[in-house]
Amino acid sequence: MENSNRPLSPHLQIYKPQLTALLSIAHRASGVFLALGTLLLVYWLMALAQGPESYAQAQSFFGSWFGGLILFAWVFALFYHLCNGIRHLFWDMGMGFEIATVYTSGKIVIIAATALTLIAFVMAFAMRGGAV
Amino acid sequence: MSMRTPLAQVRGLGSAKAGAHHWWAQRLSAIALVPLFLWFVASLASIATADYATAVAWMGSPLNSALLVLLIGATFYHAQLGIQVVFEDYISTHWLQVTSIILVRFLAILLAVVSIIAVLRIAWGS
Repeated sequence: MENSNRPLSPHLQIYKPQLTALLSIAHRASGVFLALGTLLLVYWLMALAQGPESYAQAQSFFGSWFGGLILFAWVFALFYHLCNGIRHLFWDMGMGFEIATVYTSGKIVIIAATALTLIAFVMAFAMRGGAV
Repeated sequence: MSMRTPLAQVRGLGSAKAGAHHWWAQRLSAIALVPLFLWFVASLASIATADYATAVAWMGSPLNSALLVLLIGATFYHAQLGIQVVFEDYISTHWLQVTSIILVRFLAILLAVVSIIAVLRIAWGS
């Protein structure tokens, strides 16, 4: 009963792309990507727990261009999901549903997520060598 | 022709019953995760390029290991709830949906326990 072959009305083919819908699916996509990324977090913790050699291996993976790219994507997904999540929490409290506010808060989320990601990487670069 | 009564055929297909709990747990874990992840990323920025000894020392502090354990718990809880909603939306074959949700829940618990044990081992210096 679930998999009937009845035709669906078109949606992606006819609706004008809007920031609201884009940010919404990005929130879901970033969430799924972050969930997958937890595997990398577990890998890193296990490498640290198993001693200096396995830790060095993990560090060289994240230091490589491929690992670094994944890390950058994960951090951006994290900050995007975090900022848009706060936007969601305001909606949950019943605030910010006016159309203009929705668009403004959406743009703020993108700017904030980008800024936080850049700040994080600048900090990491500046503290190279372990200044705590 | 099914021999089940009409009532037996519809049992379990009704309201989510515990749906409100899921909704609130998702929000609560989200609120907790905001400061936890801000702290985590800031900490990571400082120890990411440091050597093994520095990383171990950082994790040895009671505050850092406690926050990390809380982060791990809240993250896997929040992630599992989120993935569950994604499955509920996109997997229409009922048995496959239920199986997938159960598998992800078990995986989340396994990964959370492994991570927490790893953190405690590092923190307690074994």
